[in-house]
Amino acid sequence: MTQTIARGPIGFMEAIKQLGTNGGGFLNANSATTFENPTGLTNFLSMYLLLAIPVALTHTFGKMVGSIRHGVALLSVMALLFGVWVGFTSFAEHQNNPAVAAAGVHSTVGNTEGKEVRFGDTSSALFGVASTMTSTGSADAAYDSFTPVGGMGLMTGMMLGEVTPGGTGSGLYTLLIYAIIAVFIGGLMIGRTPEYLGKKIQAREVKLAGLAALVMPVVVLVVTAIAVSVAAGRAGPLNAGPHGFSEILYGLTSQGNNNGSAFGGLTGNTPFYNIVGAIDMLLGRFAIMVPVLALGGALAAKNVVPESLGTFRTDNGMFVGLTIGVILIIGGLTFFPAISLGPIVEQLSHGRFF
Amino acid sequence: MLVHLRRSFTMALICLVIFGFAYAFAGTGVAQLLFKFQANGSITANGSTLIGQNWTSPKFFHGRPDDFGPYAANAATNTAGGDNPLVANGFHGQSGATNLGPHSKVLLANTKKLVAYWHSMGVNPTPDLVTTSGSGYDPDISPQDALVQIPMVAKATGLSAATLTKLINSQTHGAQFGFLGASYIDVLQLNEALAKLT
Repeated sequence: MTQTIARGPIGFMEAIKQLGTNGGGFLNANSATTFENPTGLTNFLSMYLLLAIPVALTHTFGKMVGSIRHGVALLSVMALLFGVWVGFTSFAEHQNNPAVAAAGVHSTVGNTEGKEVRFGDTSSALFGVASTMTSTGSADAAYDSFTPVGGMGLMTGMMLGEVTPGGTGSGLYTLLIYAIIAVFIGGLMIGRTPEYLGKKIQAREVKLAGLAALVMPVVVLVVTAIAVSVAAGRAGPLNAGPHGFSEILYGLTSQGNNNGSAFGGLTGNTPFYNIVGAIDMLLGRFAIMVPVLALGGALAAKNVVPESLGTFRTDNGMFVGLTIGVILIIGGLTFFPAISLGPIVEQLSHGRFF
Repeated sequence: MLVHLRRSFTMALICLVIFGFAYAFAGTGVAQLLFKFQANGSITANGSTLIGQNWTSPKFFHGRPDDFGPYAANAATNTAGGDNPLVANGFHGQSGATNLGPHSKVLLANTKKLVAYWHSMGVNPTPDLVTTSGSGYDPDISPQDALVQIPMVAKATGLSAATLTKLINSQTHGAQFGFLGASYIDVLQLNEALAKLT
Protein backbone atom coordinates (compact mmCIF):
# COMPACT_ATOMS: atom_id res chain seq x y z
CA MET A 1 0.00 0.00 0.00
CA THR A 2 1.37 3.43 -0.87
CA GLN A 3 0.80 6.67 0.97
CA THR A 4 0.02 9.98 -0.66
CA ILE A 5 1.74 12.68 1.37
CA ALA A 6 1.09 16.32 0.58
CA ARG A 7 4.30 18.35 0.85
CA GLY A 8 5.33 21.88 0.05
CA PRO A 9 7.03 24.96 1.45
CA ILE A 10 5.06 24.72 4.70
CA GLY A 11 7.51 25.67 7.44
CA PHE A 12 8.21 29.32 6.75
CA MET A 13 4.65 30.01 5.55
CA GLU A 14 3.65 28.91 9.04
CA ALA A 15 5.50 31.85 10.60
CA ILE A 16 3.58 34.49 8.63
CA LYS A 17 0.33 32.58 9.04
CA GLN A 18 0.57 32.96 12.83
CA LEU A 19 2.35 36.32 13.09
CA GLY A 20 -0.07 37.98 10.66
CA THR A 21 -3.02 36.50 12.63
CA ASN A 22 -4.19 35.03 9.36
CA GLY A 23 -4.63 31.40 10.34
CA GLY A 24 -5.31 29.85 6.94
CA GLY A 25 -3.52 26.52 6.85
CA PHE A 26 -1.37 24.97 4.14
CA LEU A 27 -3.03 21.63 4.87
CA ASN A 28 -6.71 20.99 5.49
CA ALA A 29 -6.36 20.17 9.20
CA ASN A 30 -4.30 23.33 9.75
CA SER A 31 -1.93 23.32 12.76
CA ALA A 32 -3.18 19.90 13.86
CA THR A 33 -1.10 18.29 11.09
CA THR A 34 2.42 17.15 11.86
CA PHE A 35 3.93 18.96 8.89
CA GLU A 36 2.60 22.32 10.08
CA ASN A 37 3.08 21.80 13.80
CA PRO A 38 5.26 18.78 14.63
CA THR A 39 6.18 19.28 18.30
CA GLY A 40 5.21 20.91 21.57
CA LEU A 41 7.85 23.56 20.87
CA THR A 42 6.39 24.56 17.50
CA ASN A 43 2.98 24.68 19.15
CA PHE A 44 4.36 27.09 21.74
CA LEU A 45 6.09 29.20 19.08
CA SER A 46 2.83 29.38 17.11
CA MET A 47 1.01 30.74 20.15
CA TYR A 48 3.84 33.20 20.81
CA LEU A 49 3.69 34.50 17.24
CA LEU A 50 -0.06 34.93 17.09
CA LEU A 51 -0.12 36.82 20.40
CA ALA A 52 3.03 38.88 19.80
CA ILE A 53 1.79 41.89 17.81
CA PRO A 54 -1.66 42.48 19.38
CA VAL A 55 -0.21 42.27 22.90
CA ALA A 56 2.82 44.45 22.06
CA LEU A 57 0.53 47.12 20.58
CA THR A 58 -0.66 48.02 24.09
CA HIS A 59 2.91 49.18 24.81
CA THR A 60 2.99 51.10 21.52
CA PHE A 61 -0.27 52.74 22.57
CA GLY A 62 1.17 53.67 25.96
CA LYS A 63 4.21 55.25 24.30
CA MET A 64 2.10 57.17 21.80
CA VAL A 65 -0.22 58.70 24.40
CA GLY A 66 2.76 59.43 26.62
CA SER A 67 1.68 57.23 29.51
CA ILE A 68 2.87 53.62 29.70
CA ARG A 69 0.40 53.12 32.58
CA HIS A 70 -2.50 53.55 30.15
CA GLY A 71 -1.04 50.80 27.97
CA VAL A 72 -0.57 48.57 31.01
CA ALA A 73 -4.21 49.16 32.02
CA LEU A 74 -5.40 47.95 28.61
CA LEU A 75 -3.01 45.00 28.77
CA SER A 76 -4.43 44.07 32.18
CA VAL A 77 -7.96 44.03 30.76
CA MET A 78 -6.78 41.68 28.00
CA ALA A 79 -4.74 39.44 30.31
CA LEU A 80 -7.43 39.04 32.99
CA LEU A 81 -10.14 38.04 30.51
CA PHE A 82 -7.71 35.79 28.62
CA GLY A 83 -6.72 34.03 31.85
CA VAL A 84 -10.31 33.33 32.86
CA TRP A 85 -11.13 31.98 29.40
CA VAL A 86 -8.07 29.71 29.33
CA GLY A 87 -9.01 28.49 32.80
CA PHE A 88 -12.54 27.35 32.10
CA THR A 89 -11.85 26.13 28.57
CA SER A 90 -8.99 23.87 29.63
CA PHE A 91 -11.02 22.68 32.63
CA ALA A 92 -13.85 21.73 30.26
CA GLU A 93 -11.46 19.96 27.88
CA HIS A 94 -9.98 18.00 30.78
CA GLN A 95 -13.36 16.28 31.26
CA ASN A 96 -14.23 13.01 29.59
CA ASN A 97 -15.91 13.11 26.19
CA PRO A 98 -19.56 12.12 26.94
CA ALA A 99 -19.77 9.78 23.93
CA VAL A 100 -16.53 8.02 24.88
CA ALA A 101 -17.69 7.68 28.49
CA ALA A 102 -21.06 6.30 27.32
CA ALA A 103 -19.21 3.71 25.22
CA GLY A 104 -17.61 2.44 28.42
CA VAL A 105 -14.11 3.95 28.25
CA HIS A 106 -13.17 5.88 31.37
CA SER A 107 -10.05 7.89 31.84
CA THR A 108 -8.34 10.87 33.33
CA VAL A 109 -6.78 12.19 30.13
CA GLY A 110 -9.64 14.48 29.10
CA ASN A 111 -11.49 14.86 25.82
CA THR A 112 -9.27 13.21 23.19
CA GLU A 113 -11.64 13.34 20.21
CA GLY A 114 -10.13 15.60 17.55
CA LYS A 115 -6.95 16.23 19.55
CA GLU A 116 -3.38 15.21 18.84
CA VAL A 117 -1.51 13.06 21.38
CA ARG A 118 1.62 15.21 21.29
CA PHE A 119 -0.27 18.33 22.47
CA GLY A 120 -2.81 16.86 24.88
CA ASP A 121 -5.97 18.59 26.09
CA THR A 122 -4.43 21.53 27.99
CA SER A 123 -2.16 22.74 25.18
CA SER A 124 -4.99 22.31 22.68
CA ALA A 125 -7.36 24.38 24.83
CA LEU A 126 -4.72 27.10 25.31
CA PHE A 127 -4.01 27.21 21.59
CA GLY A 128 -7.74 27.37 20.84
CA VAL A 129 -8.35 30.29 23.19
CA ALA A 130 -5.27 32.16 21.93
CA SER A 131 -6.32 31.63 18.34
CA THR A 132 -9.95 32.71 18.77
CA MET A 133 -9.23 35.63 21.11
CA THR A 134 -6.82 37.06 18.54
CA SER A 135 -8.29 37.08 15.06
CA THR A 136 -6.01 34.22 13.98
CA GLY A 137 -8.33 31.25 13.71
CA SER A 138 -5.68 28.58 13.21
CA ALA A 139 -6.40 25.29 14.99
CA ASP A 140 -4.29 22.50 16.46
CA ALA A 141 -7.36 20.40 17.28
CA ALA A 142 -10.85 19.94 15.90
CA TYR A 143 -12.81 22.71 17.62
CA ASP A 144 -16.08 21.04 16.62
CA SER A 145 -15.26 18.11 18.89
CA PHE A 146 -14.53 20.27 21.96
CA THR A 147 -16.87 19.75 24.90
CA PRO A 148 -19.89 22.13 24.91
CA VAL A 149 -18.30 24.45 27.50
CA GLY A 150 -14.91 24.27 25.78
CA GLY A 151 -16.51 25.16 22.45
CA MET A 152 -18.38 27.98 24.18
CA GLY A 153 -15.04 29.31 25.46
CA LEU A 154 -13.76 29.56 21.89
CA MET A 155 -16.99 31.04 20.55
CA THR A 156 -17.38 33.66 23.27
CA GLY A 157 -13.72 34.64 22.84
CA MET A 158 -14.76 35.96 19.44
CA MET A 159 -18.12 37.30 20.63
CA LEU A 160 -16.49 39.72 23.06
CA GLY A 161 -15.36 41.52 19.92
CA GLU A 162 -11.89 39.97 19.84
CA VAL A 163 -10.36 42.46 22.23
CA THR A 164 -8.36 40.08 24.39
CA PRO A 165 -5.97 40.78 22.73
CA GLY A 166 -7.70 40.78 19.33
CA GLY A 167 -6.29 41.10 15.85
CA THR A 168 -3.26 43.19 14.96
CA GLY A 169 -4.63 46.70 15.40
CA SER A 170 -8.31 45.82 15.29
CA GLY A 171 -8.10 44.38 18.80
CA LEU A 172 -6.69 47.60 20.20
CA TYR A 173 -9.20 49.93 18.55
CA THR A 174 -12.14 47.75 19.56
CA LEU A 175 -10.86 47.72 23.14
CA LEU A 176 -10.60 51.54 23.04
CA ILE A 177 -14.28 51.64 22.05
CA TYR A 178 -15.09 49.67 25.19
CA ALA A 179 -12.76 51.92 27.21
CA ILE A 180 -14.70 55.01 26.04
CA ILE A 181 -18.01 53.38 27.02
CA ALA A 182 -16.42 52.53 30.39
CA VAL A 183 -15.35 56.13 31.09
CA PHE A 184 -18.82 57.28 30.03
CA ILE A 185 -20.41 54.94 32.58
CA GLY A 186 -17.80 55.93 35.17
CA GLY A 187 -18.52 59.61 34.44
CA LEU A 188 -22.24 59.06 34.94
CA MET A 189 -21.55 57.47 38.31
CA ILE A 190 -19.52 60.38 39.65
CA GLY A 191 -21.51 63.03 37.83
CA ARG A 192 -18.74 64.61 35.77
CA THR A 193 -18.11 64.97 32.07
CA PRO A 194 -16.11 61.85 31.22
CA GLU A 195 -12.62 62.23 29.81
CA TYR A 196 -10.20 59.77 28.24
CA LEU A 197 -6.56 60.80 27.80
CA GLY A 198 -7.53 64.40 28.51
CA LYS A 199 -10.18 64.49 25.77
CA LYS A 200 -13.77 65.18 26.75
CA ILE A 201 -16.11 62.33 25.84
CA GLN A 202 -19.41 63.91 24.89
CA ALA A 203 -22.69 62.81 23.33
CA ARG A 204 -21.27 62.52 19.82
CA GLU A 205 -18.36 60.30 20.92
CA VAL A 206 -20.55 58.05 23.04
CA LYS A 207 -23.01 57.63 20.17
CA LEU A 208 -20.19 56.65 17.81
CA ALA A 209 -18.69 54.25 20.38
CA GLY A 210 -22.09 52.67 21.00
CA LEU A 211 -22.62 52.27 17.28
CA ALA A 212 -19.20 50.67 16.83
CA ALA A 213 -19.81 48.25 19.71
CA LEU A 214 -23.16 47.18 18.24
CA VAL A 215 -22.14 46.63 14.61
CA MET A 216 -20.62 43.18 15.05
CA PRO A 217 -23.30 41.63 17.31
CA VAL A 218 -26.12 42.92 15.09
CA VAL A 219 -24.49 41.66 11.89
CA VAL A 220 -23.63 38.25 13.37
CA LEU A 221 -27.01 37.66 15.02
CA VAL A 222 -29.02 38.80 11.99
CA VAL A 223 -27.12 36.57 9.55
CA THR A 224 -27.34 33.66 12.02
CA ALA A 225 -31.09 34.19 12.28
CA ILE A 226 -31.32 34.17 8.48
CA ALA A 227 -29.19 31.01 8.25
CA VAL A 228 -31.35 29.04 10.68
CA SER A 229 -34.54 30.31 9.05
CA VAL A 230 -33.93 29.03 5.53
CA ALA A 231 -33.48 25.46 4.33
CA ALA A 232 -30.19 26.24 2.59
CA GLY A 233 -28.76 27.40 5.90
CA ARG A 234 -30.06 24.47 7.90
CA ALA A 235 -28.51 22.06 5.37
CA GLY A 236 -25.04 23.17 6.51
CA PRO A 237 -24.37 21.53 9.88
CA LEU A 238 -22.97 18.01 10.20
CA ASN A 239 -24.11 17.46 13.78
CA ALA A 240 -27.75 17.29 14.84
CA GLY A 241 -29.43 19.04 17.74
CA PRO A 242 -28.01 22.04 19.60
CA HIS A 243 -24.50 21.29 18.34
CA GLY A 244 -25.73 21.89 14.78
CA PHE A 245 -26.93 25.33 15.82
CA SER A 246 -23.55 25.92 17.49
CA GLU A 247 -21.86 25.12 14.17
CA ILE A 248 -23.89 27.77 12.33
CA LEU A 249 -23.48 30.33 15.11
CA TYR A 250 -19.75 29.67 15.39
CA GLY A 251 -19.21 29.86 11.64
CA LEU A 252 -20.96 33.21 11.25
CA THR A 253 -19.43 34.64 14.44
CA SER A 254 -16.01 33.66 13.15
CA GLN A 255 -16.64 35.32 9.79
CA GLY A 256 -18.14 38.44 11.32
CA ASN A 257 -15.05 38.82 13.49
CA ASN A 258 -12.55 38.06 10.73
CA ASN A 259 -11.38 35.06 12.78
CA GLY A 260 -11.50 32.23 10.27
CA SER A 261 -11.63 29.26 12.60
CA ALA A 262 -14.63 26.99 12.31
CA PHE A 263 -16.60 24.17 13.79
CA GLY A 264 -15.41 22.14 10.82
CA GLY A 265 -18.60 20.10 10.47
CA LEU A 266 -20.41 23.03 8.85
CA THR A 267 -20.45 22.69 5.08
CA GLY A 268 -19.69 26.31 4.30
CA ASN A 269 -18.87 26.01 0.61
CA THR A 270 -22.41 26.37 -0.68
CA PRO A 271 -23.86 29.35 -2.61
CA PHE A 272 -25.93 30.34 0.44
CA TYR A 273 -23.04 30.35 2.94
CA ASN A 274 -20.70 31.95 0.41
CA ILE A 275 -23.01 34.94 -0.11
CA VAL A 276 -24.15 35.30 3.51
CA GLY A 277 -20.59 34.75 4.73
CA ALA A 278 -19.20 37.37 2.35
CA ILE A 279 -21.73 39.97 3.55
CA ASP A 280 -20.98 38.96 7.15
CA MET A 281 -17.23 39.38 6.65
CA LEU A 282 -17.48 42.69 4.78
CA LEU A 283 -19.84 44.29 7.30
CA GLY A 284 -18.06 42.78 10.32
CA ARG A 285 -14.75 44.07 9.07
CA PHE A 286 -15.51 47.43 7.49
CA ALA A 287 -18.80 48.67 8.95
CA ILE A 288 -17.12 48.93 12.36
CA MET A 289 -14.28 51.01 10.92
CA VAL A 290 -16.57 53.89 9.88
CA PRO A 291 -17.63 54.87 13.43
CA VAL A 292 -14.11 54.10 14.69
CA LEU A 293 -12.56 56.51 12.19
CA ALA A 294 -15.25 59.13 12.88
CA LEU A 295 -14.56 58.77 16.60
CA GLY A 296 -10.83 59.10 16.05
CA GLY A 297 -11.35 62.24 13.99
CA ALA A 298 -13.72 63.77 16.55
CA LEU A 299 -11.29 63.13 19.41
CA ALA A 300 -8.25 64.37 17.49
CA ALA A 301 -9.96 67.72 16.89
CA LYS A 302 -10.53 68.30 20.61
CA ASN A 303 -8.29 70.23 22.94
CA VAL A 304 -6.63 68.43 25.84
CA VAL A 305 -8.22 69.31 29.18
CA PRO A 306 -5.67 69.56 32.00
CA GLU A 307 -5.98 66.82 34.62
CA SER A 308 -7.50 67.80 37.96
CA LEU A 309 -8.25 66.08 41.26
CA GLY A 310 -11.78 65.25 40.09
CA THR A 311 -10.66 63.56 36.88
CA PHE A 312 -11.76 59.94 36.60
CA ARG A 313 -8.47 58.04 36.42
CA THR A 314 -8.11 55.76 33.39
CA ASP A 315 -4.89 53.99 34.34
CA ASN A 316 -5.79 52.18 37.56
CA GLY A 317 -7.53 49.05 38.80
CA MET A 318 -10.94 50.71 38.99
CA PHE A 319 -10.82 51.53 35.28
CA VAL A 320 -9.61 48.02 34.42
CA GLY A 321 -12.51 46.51 36.37
CA LEU A 322 -15.04 48.87 34.80
CA THR A 323 -13.81 48.11 31.28
CA ILE A 324 -13.96 44.35 31.90
CA GLY A 325 -17.49 44.84 33.20
CA VAL A 326 -18.52 46.76 30.07
CA ILE A 327 -17.02 44.10 27.78
CA LEU A 328 -18.76 41.27 29.64
CA ILE A 329 -22.11 43.07 29.86
CA ILE A 330 -22.18 44.07 26.18
CA GLY A 331 -20.94 40.65 25.04
CA GLY A 332 -23.14 38.83 27.55
CA LEU A 333 -26.36 40.71 26.92
CA THR A 334 -26.10 40.54 23.15
CA PHE A 335 -25.01 36.92 22.76
CA PHE A 336 -26.37 35.11 25.84
CA PRO A 337 -29.69 34.13 24.21
CA ALA A 338 -27.88 32.63 21.21
CA ILE A 339 -25.28 30.88 23.39
CA SER A 340 -27.98 29.39 25.56
CA LEU A 341 -29.62 27.76 22.53
CA GLY A 342 -26.34 26.13 21.52
CA PRO A 343 -23.58 25.12 23.93
CA ILE A 344 -25.56 25.68 27.15
CA VAL A 345 -28.46 23.46 26.07
CA GLU A 346 -25.96 20.85 24.93
CA GLN A 347 -24.10 20.94 28.22
CA LEU A 348 -27.28 20.66 30.25
CA SER A 349 -28.69 17.74 28.22
CA HIS A 350 -26.99 15.18 30.45
CA GLY A 351 -26.69 11.80 28.80
CA ARG A 352 -28.74 12.71 25.74
CA PHE A 353 -27.29 12.17 22.30
CA PHE A 354 -28.49 13.85 19.12
CA MET B 1 -2.31 62.18 -5.99
CA LEU B 2 -0.34 60.61 -8.84
CA VAL B 3 2.78 60.62 -6.68
CA HIS B 4 0.92 58.71 -3.96
CA LEU B 5 -0.40 56.19 -6.46
CA ARG B 6 3.04 55.65 -7.93
CA ARG B 7 4.62 55.18 -4.51
CA SER B 8 1.92 52.73 -3.41
CA PHE B 9 2.28 50.76 -6.61
CA THR B 10 6.08 50.62 -6.30
CA MET B 11 5.83 49.57 -2.66
CA ALA B 12 3.38 46.80 -3.52
CA LEU B 13 5.70 45.60 -6.29
CA ILE B 14 8.75 45.59 -4.00
CA CYS B 15 6.85 43.69 -1.30
CA LEU B 16 5.65 41.17 -3.87
CA VAL B 17 9.20 40.50 -5.01
CA ILE B 18 10.75 40.40 -1.53
CA PHE B 19 8.08 38.49 0.37
CA GLY B 20 6.58 36.54 -2.49
CA PHE B 21 9.76 35.35 -4.14
CA ALA B 22 12.95 36.16 -2.24
CA TYR B 23 11.56 35.06 1.16
CA ALA B 24 10.04 31.90 -0.26
CA PHE B 25 13.19 30.82 -2.09
CA ALA B 26 15.48 31.81 0.78
CA GLY B 27 13.28 29.84 3.19
CA THR B 28 13.32 26.77 0.99
CA GLY B 29 17.08 27.12 0.45
CA VAL B 30 17.91 27.43 4.15
CA ALA B 31 15.58 24.54 5.03
CA GLN B 32 17.13 22.30 2.38
CA LEU B 33 20.63 23.24 3.51
CA LEU B 34 20.19 22.87 7.28
CA PHE B 35 17.19 20.59 7.81
CA LYS B 36 17.01 18.53 4.64
CA PHE B 37 15.49 15.44 6.29
CA GLN B 38 12.82 17.33 8.24
CA ALA B 39 12.05 19.77 5.40
CA ASN B 40 11.32 16.87 3.08
CA GLY B 41 8.80 15.34 5.47
CA SER B 42 10.94 13.14 7.76
CA ILE B 43 10.54 10.26 5.31
CA THR B 44 12.36 7.05 6.26
CA ALA B 45 12.54 3.70 4.48
CA ASN B 46 9.30 2.66 6.19
CA GLY B 47 7.38 5.90 5.61
CA SER B 48 7.29 9.29 7.31
CA THR B 49 7.64 9.26 11.08
CA LEU B 50 5.22 12.20 11.13
CA ILE B 51 2.34 10.47 9.33
CA GLY B 52 0.32 7.73 10.99
CA GLN B 53 0.14 4.40 9.21
CA ASN B 54 -2.34 1.55 9.04
CA TRP B 55 -1.41 -1.20 11.50
CA THR B 56 -3.63 -4.27 11.40
CA SER B 57 -1.34 -7.10 12.54
CA PRO B 58 -1.44 -7.90 16.27
CA LYS B 59 2.36 -8.29 16.04
CA PHE B 60 2.66 -4.51 16.03
CA PHE B 61 1.43 -1.66 18.19
CA HIS B 62 -1.47 0.15 16.56
CA GLY B 63 -1.90 3.89 16.13
CA ARG B 64 -5.07 5.90 16.62
CA PRO B 65 -8.00 5.26 14.29
CA ASP B 66 -8.74 7.56 11.38
CA ASP B 67 -12.14 9.13 10.98
CA PHE B 68 -13.35 6.87 8.23
CA GLY B 69 -15.05 4.64 10.74
CA PRO B 70 -14.18 1.71 12.88
CA TYR B 71 -11.78 -1.03 12.04
CA ALA B 72 -13.67 -2.61 9.18
CA ALA B 73 -12.85 -3.20 5.56
CA ASN B 74 -14.48 -0.69 3.26
CA ALA B 75 -15.49 -2.28 -0.03
CA ALA B 76 -16.56 1.00 -1.63
CA THR B 77 -13.12 2.62 -1.49
CA ASN B 78 -11.21 -0.66 -1.66
CA THR B 79 -9.25 0.20 1.47
CA ALA B 80 -8.67 -1.73 4.64
CA GLY B 81 -10.30 0.89 6.85
CA GLY B 82 -9.07 0.91 10.41
CA ASP B 83 -6.47 3.50 11.18
CA ASN B 84 -5.53 3.86 7.54
CA PRO B 85 -4.42 7.50 7.08
CA LEU B 86 -4.94 7.19 3.35
CA VAL B 87 -8.61 7.76 3.92
CA ALA B 88 -8.39 10.32 6.72
CA ASN B 89 -11.39 12.62 6.45
CA GLY B 90 -12.93 10.19 3.99
CA PHE B 91 -10.78 11.55 1.19
CA HIS B 92 -7.53 10.11 -0.05
CA GLY B 93 -4.50 12.15 0.93
CA GLN B 94 -6.44 14.81 2.85
CA SER B 95 -6.01 15.58 6.51
CA GLY B 96 -9.03 16.24 8.68
CA ALA B 97 -11.04 15.35 11.75
CA THR B 98 -14.48 13.79 12.15
CA ASN B 99 -15.88 17.08 13.47
CA LEU B 100 -18.44 15.10 15.47
CA GLY B 101 -19.67 16.89 18.57
CA PRO B 102 -19.38 15.31 22.02
CA HIS B 103 -23.12 14.53 22.12
CA SER B 104 -23.29 13.03 18.63
CA LYS B 105 -25.11 9.71 18.15
CA VAL B 106 -22.76 8.91 15.27
CA LEU B 107 -19.73 9.43 17.48
CA LEU B 108 -21.27 7.21 20.15
CA ALA B 109 -21.96 4.42 17.63
CA ASN B 110 -18.46 4.67 16.12
CA THR B 111 -16.83 4.63 19.53
CA LYS B 112 -18.83 1.56 20.57
CA LYS B 113 -17.67 -0.26 17.41
CA LEU B 114 -14.06 0.71 18.12
CA VAL B 115 -14.34 -0.50 21.73
CA ALA B 116 -15.70 -3.83 20.44
CA TYR B 117 -12.82 -4.04 17.94
CA TRP B 118 -10.22 -3.51 20.65
CA HIS B 119 -11.89 -6.04 22.96
CA SER B 120 -11.75 -8.60 20.12
CA MET B 121 -8.00 -7.94 19.94
CA GLY B 122 -7.68 -8.54 23.68
CA VAL B 123 -7.08 -4.90 24.51
CA ASN B 124 -8.87 -2.74 27.05
CA PRO B 125 -8.69 0.56 25.14
CA THR B 126 -7.83 4.03 26.38
CA PRO B 127 -9.71 7.13 25.03
CA ASP B 128 -6.93 7.89 22.50
CA LEU B 129 -7.41 4.48 20.90
CA VAL B 130 -11.15 4.93 20.34
CA THR B 131 -11.13 8.58 19.25
CA THR B 132 -9.76 10.13 16.09
CA SER B 133 -7.21 12.91 16.07
CA GLY B 134 -7.37 16.47 14.76
CA SER B 135 -5.30 15.74 11.66
CA GLY B 136 -6.73 12.26 11.06
CA TYR B 137 -3.22 10.81 10.82
CA ASP B 138 -1.77 11.34 14.30
CA PRO B 139 1.53 9.40 14.21
CA ASP B 140 1.75 9.22 18.01
CA ILE B 141 0.15 7.42 20.91
CA SER B 142 0.60 8.12 24.60
CA PRO B 143 2.66 5.72 26.77
CA GLN B 144 -0.59 4.55 28.38
CA ASP B 145 -2.04 3.72 24.93
CA ALA B 146 1.00 1.53 24.23
CA LEU B 147 0.93 -0.18 27.64
CA VAL B 148 -2.68 -1.35 27.23
CA GLN B 149 -1.72 -3.02 23.91
CA ILE B 150 0.92 -5.22 25.60
CA PRO B 151 -1.38 -8.29 25.99
CA MET B 152 -2.13 -8.27 22.24
CA VAL B 153 1.48 -7.81 21.14
CA ALA B 154 2.89 -10.24 23.73
CA LYS B 155 0.49 -12.97 22.59
CA ALA B 156 1.29 -12.50 18.88
CA THR B 157 5.07 -12.09 19.16
CA GLY B 158 5.86 -14.27 22.17
CA LEU B 159 7.82 -11.46 23.82
CA SER B 160 7.37 -11.04 27.57
CA ALA B 161 5.36 -8.21 29.02
CA ALA B 162 8.45 -6.96 30.87
CA THR B 163 10.45 -6.69 27.62
CA LEU B 164 7.63 -4.77 25.95
CA THR B 165 7.25 -2.40 28.93
CA LYS B 166 10.98 -1.69 28.76
CA LEU B 167 10.71 -1.07 25.02
CA ILE B 168 7.80 1.34 25.52
CA ASN B 169 9.69 3.24 28.22
CA SER B 170 12.76 3.57 26.00
CA GLN B 171 10.62 4.94 23.14
CA THR B 172 8.71 7.50 25.22
CA HIS B 173 9.40 11.13 24.39
CA GLY B 174 8.64 13.37 27.37
CA ALA B 175 6.83 16.68 27.01
CA GLN B 176 9.28 19.09 25.36
CA PHE B 177 11.46 20.81 27.98
CA GLY B 178 9.17 19.14 30.50
CA PHE B 179 6.13 21.35 29.95
CA LEU B 180 5.40 21.93 26.26
CA GLY B 181 2.77 19.50 24.99
CA ALA B 182 2.37 15.97 26.37
CA SER B 183 4.54 12.84 26.43
CA TYR B 184 4.13 10.63 23.37
CA ILE B 185 5.47 7.65 21.44
CA ASP B 186 5.99 7.61 17.68
CA VAL B 187 4.19 4.42 16.57
CA LEU B 188 6.44 3.85 13.54
CA GLN B 189 9.65 4.14 15.58
CA LEU B 190 8.18 1.94 18.32
CA ASN B 191 7.32 -0.77 15.81
CA GLU B 192 10.72 -0.52 14.11
CA ALA B 193 12.35 -1.10 17.50
CA LEU B 194 9.89 -3.94 18.16
CA ALA B 195 10.73 -5.58 14.83
CA LYS B 196 14.41 -5.69 15.84
CA LEU B 197 13.52 -7.70 18.94
CA THR B 198 11.51 -10.38 17.15
